[in-house]
Amino acid sequence: MSGPNTDYDPVEVSALDPAAIEAASEDALAAIAAATSLDQLKAVRISHQGERSPLALANREIGALPPSAKAEAGKRVGRARAGVAAAIAARQTELEAERDERILVEERVDVTVPATRRTPGARHPIELVTQRLADAFVGMGWEVAEGPELEAEWLNFDALNLGPDHPARQMQDTFFLDPVDSGLVLRTHTSPVQVRTMLEQEPPIYIVAPGKVFRTDDLDATHTPVFHQIECLAIDKGLTMAHLRGAIDAFVRIMFGEEIRTRVRCSYFPFTEPSMETDFVCFACHGAGAGDAGGQCRVCGGSGWIELGGSGMVNHKVLRACGIDPDVHSGFAFGLGIERALMLRHGVQGMHEMVEGDIRFSQQFGMEV
Amino acid sequence: MRAPLTWLAEYTDLAPGASGADVAASLVSVGLEEEDLHGGDLVGPLVVGRVLAFDEQKQKNGKTIRFCVVDVGPHGQMLTEGRAQEIVCGATNFAVGDLVVVVLPGAVLPGGFAISARKTYGQISNGMICSEAEIGLGSDHDGIIVLSRLLGPERAADLTPGDDAIALLGLAEETIEANVTPDRGYCFSVRGLAREYWHSQGSPAGGFRDPAAVTTPERNERGHEVRVEDAAPISAVPGCDRFVARVVRGIDATRPSPAWMRRRLTQMGMRPISLAVDVTNYVMFALGQPLHAYDLDTLSGPIVVRRARAGERLTTLDGVERVLDVEDLLITDAGQDILGVAGVMGGAASEVGSSTTDVLIEAAHFDPASIARSSRRHQLVSEASKRFERGVDPQVAPAAAQLAVELLTAHGGGEADDGVTDVDDTTSPAAYRLDVTQPGRIVGVDYPRERVVQILRDLGCEVTATGDERHVEVRAPSWRPDLVDGPDYAEEVARIEGYNTIPSITPTPTGGRGLTHAQKARRVVANALAGAGFTEVLTYPFVAEDLADRLMISAGDERRHAVRLANPLSDERPLLRTSVVSTLVDALRRNVSRGHRDVALFELGMVFRPGGPLDQAPIPSVLTRPSDEALRQVYAAVPAQPRRAGIVASGHIEHAGWWGPGRPADWSDMVVAVRSVAAALAVPVLVVGDHGHRPWHPGRCARVTLEDGTLVGHAGELHPKVLAALDLPARTVAAEIDIDVLIAASDRAVQALPFSTYPPALTDVALLVRSDVPAGEVEAALRAGAGDCLEAVALFDVYEGDRLEAGHRSLAYRLTFRAADRTLTTDEVNGFRDAAVAVAAQATGAVQR
Ligand SMILES: [Zn+2]
Repeated sequence: MSGPNTDYDPVEVSALDPAAIEAASEDALAAIAAATSLDQLKAVRISHQGERSPLALANREIGALPPSAKAEAGKRVGRARAGVAAAIAARQTELEAERDERILVEERVDVTVPATRRTPGARHPIELVTQRLADAFVGMGWEVAEGPELEAEWLNFDALNLGPDHPARQMQDTFFLDPVDSGLVLRTHTSPVQVRTMLEQEPPIYIVAPGKVFRTDDLDATHTPVFHQIECLAIDKGLTMAHLRGAIDAFVRIMFGEEIRTRVRCSYFPFTEPSMETDFVCFACHGAGAGDAGGQCRVCGGSGWIELGGSGMVNHKVLRACGIDPDVHSGFAFGLGIERALMLRHGVQGMHEMVEGDIRFSQQFGMEV
Repeated sequence: MRAPLTWLAEYTDLAPGASGADVAASLVSVGLEEEDLHGGDLVGPLVVGRVLAFDEQKQKNGKTIRFCVVDVGPHGQMLTEGRAQEIVCGATNFAVGDLVVVVLPGAVLPGGFAISARKTYGQISNGMICSEAEIGLGSDHDGIIVLSRLLGPERAADLTPGDDAIALLGLAEETIEANVTPDRGYCFSVRGLAREYWHSQGSPAGGFRDPAAVTTPERNERGHEVRVEDAAPISAVPGCDRFVARVVRGIDATRPSPAWMRRRLTQMGMRPISLAVDVTNYVMFALGQPLHAYDLDTLSGPIVVRRARAGERLTTLDGVERVLDVEDLLITDAGQDILGVAGVMGGAASEVGSSTTDVLIEAAHFDPASIARSSRRHQLVSEASKRFERGVDPQVAPAAAQLAVELLTAHGGGEADDGVTDVDDTTSPAAYRLDVTQPGRIVGVDYPRERVVQILRDLGCEVTATGDERHVEVRAPSWRPDLVDGPDYAEEVARIEGYNTIPSITPTPTGGRGLTHAQKARRVVANALAGAGFTEVLTYPFVAEDLADRLMISAGDERRHAVRLANPLSDERPLLRTSVVSTLVDALRRNVSRGHRDVALFELGMVFRPGGPLDQAPIPSVLTRPSDEALRQVYAAVPAQPRRAGIVASGHIEHAGWWGPGRPADWSDMVVAVRSVAAALAVPVLVVGDHGHRPWHPGRCARVTLEDGTLVGHAGELHPKVLAALDLPARTVAAEIDIDVLIAASDRAVQALPFSTYPPALTDVALLVRSDVPAGEVEAALRAGAGDCLEAVALFDVYEGDRLEAGHRSLAYRLTFRAADRTLTTDEVNGFRDAAVAVAAQATGAVQR
């Protein structure tokens, strides 16, 4: 069609006609913009960037041009092709992003559908409260002591100044083992652990003794034949009732909050002298005695105070029975029922929930209280 | 112990305007806990009324109802409608003309019960005719109050309808009730409470008027003879060390007690009965001295106090015939006829009755331990026994007898004999040499010497100086037998100064060692099980006698050696558990019965393993530390109580859901649970089948041991017959783990093994074995033959089916090899594999497929 030696008129090479190149470029850009999927874009690329595309053909014609025209035509075609390539790349990125986005949308699930294959387990709150108290005391340098639940009468009663005529030693309170003269009982308090510790360890002694205890009460809202206590015992030189108050205050803060105040009054227990009873300010009404909805506070019954439990300086008779010289060492002891603490702190309504083993009860508490 | 404020005020000065709550609070400050407040919460109008007429009608519900017209004076309907009050009444114990107590609309009865006019049995009732119980006067619910009966005809004659009944009956008076601790027997009297209130006010001079400070006649030989013949004192303490007897003759026993006395008795919660009985009760409340009144005519000789003889019987006042014990202290007529169990309850025969004219008053002092034992032995708690048990002032008896004589003669006519019997073997308490700094050292507050001495004197102690400034001689008052040594006096000083002056000092131990390994390990076990989906519960350890049978536990198994309670709560469950699973199944059953179909539980607790008949635990003296040998015997008598973990599950362990079907709990979940507990403690365990261990399924029970063979526990499915016998769901699975064994095995520092960083080489092998060859044995053989480079053996497929020889199964294992120092070649790996298969073939008959 054209020969190298003929006069060259660029206008006559139709493929390199600026208007044609412009048109091819616009066609390509329009097609690229119109591509709505990566597949369409691929087709657009073949038809507008492929070997048989108008611009590729035009590019091939450049070689036929006279040298004077080559540069300008090459520039024009090159610009057009670069523009198309850039547009394709940009569209490619766009469409890929759209596709990625769409996949994420398509992969969406309903995360609210229940998906528990296995019901989680839980610890019993009695154990958790016990751990909480024990850990706090361990943190203060105390140790945790334990003893058997089936216990020698001597350790449960006699050594604690609960003589043979003490009312607690009657059958209506204590589980005795058969035969009754075996001298064995289900421990009625965790105090025999104190006795064992005092018998076997040299002072100073700072122990907390948590555990199961037994009384011959039928199960009702406030009684259970098997319940849990935690007791603290300290034996050292120079311990006073002031230290007893301090230890009790620490105890109350751990259970019911830093700001809780206590008040104390005189009481009587065979294993302590002097003996003390402690109340603490109701954590629910802060001593006001009023409930949220008016009326009396549900937790303290309107008095503003809650009874914590008994305590006192270890009776000299107990110290002597355990081989501790009361002229050298003194000590104090206090304790409380875990079930009651749980009822107070967690609003547990009654004993039934704590002893029946209904999974719903433990599962409310998880693994830490 | 109750005390009406007006009664307290006779003996001590109440703070001006003090309410019942104030008085109770003051008593709390000296250590007497508030029990209750009675009275004072009644709001009128409550008036005297006269029954003018009534119309009695039988109702459909069977009750007889009276529609009454009552003159209530210038109140109620008389004011608003000009006619007498119309009241519907359910009682029938009154007649027209009787004076009654009427509560009118607008009033509030004790307990916040507001009265309004309301329709009942078809008519408007404008108020109520009151019973004693309704207005807090007593406990009598049977019928309404008829004032001529309550107050006596003389006083009733002075009343006019419309009179204020609140003032008339003393209903505005408040009565406090304090809880008296066992060491303060003297507070079981108004005298004692008044004294304590006085202390709470700072013991102002002249502020306590002792009601026992009455003039009593000297004892003489003319009184009724009393002989104390206690041949068997308990712990060498004489059963009776004081016996005052006085006689009043010629009283009219039908005369009522004065209304003020009956009101006070009612306020004390005691029912007025007759003059003689009321007087003894009144004096007991006033002074704390229990009295007994005998009909003198029934006595034939001297009163003899002695112990019971074997086989003796007595019908007590409550109508119960009691077989007496040789430890019971008795009051007898001439040593023969039994008048009563001393200090506990009198006999029916010598009771003062309406025909009695001559009365003998007994005011005695008995050994607290003797009274306590008799009271418990006969399950008889009386006002008298309550006081004697806690200690009565042995020196108050003459005053109490004198007061009783005065009241009897004043209100019953009659005359006191001039004979005064007073057997007095009391001894004054020993003086205690008190270090005056001791209270301060015990309490942690510096009490000056003078303050200590002052407090003790206010309490009634005799305090005398000794040679040195630091010590004083203290003699406790007769009503305080509880004051014996330094700590006792320290408590007195502290409570009178106020416990709330004790500072709070946090003790500072010199440093503890934290939790023990066992304590930490038990938490790990519990947390591992909870983390694995099991919920912790706590069950009672009481089990039935036939439980071992129902669990199919064989004869001779040590789990049949259970401890027996002498006094179980229920005869159905007299034994203590020997395994945790045996009670844990109760919780499982309860959950299932409450509709929880999928239940997985665990419990950590003690089991009781006596291992044989119980030894008798000795009871050594408590005066000093028992010898090491004595203590060893005490400890040794306590049966072993190992700690166990029990695990049970039934229903689905994995739920069904949109992901597919659920998976029922099976034997393998239990084995896995035991393995994970062991793994949590880094203790290697071995698992073998156990066909003979009930309550487990003979073919689905794993026995888990330490590597040295020590038993750790059993895990698997429970025997179907056991499930049926215990009413448990089919396919219930369970495990029991001896936690103590695992903990002991874990109490060591785990030694780390080096591991290779060269790539692993995997090779699979399928072995055809007889179906009865346990996979555990095949694996053990593979491990034994594979050499040192074996890293892991995993059973990834078990196939039984048509394509195999009958009675055989195919076990497919993936073996992982890795060398410490190089990458293994294929040839090496194949060699190891072949060696492993060869050993398996030899040990188990396995054939490679
Ligand atoms: Zn409150």
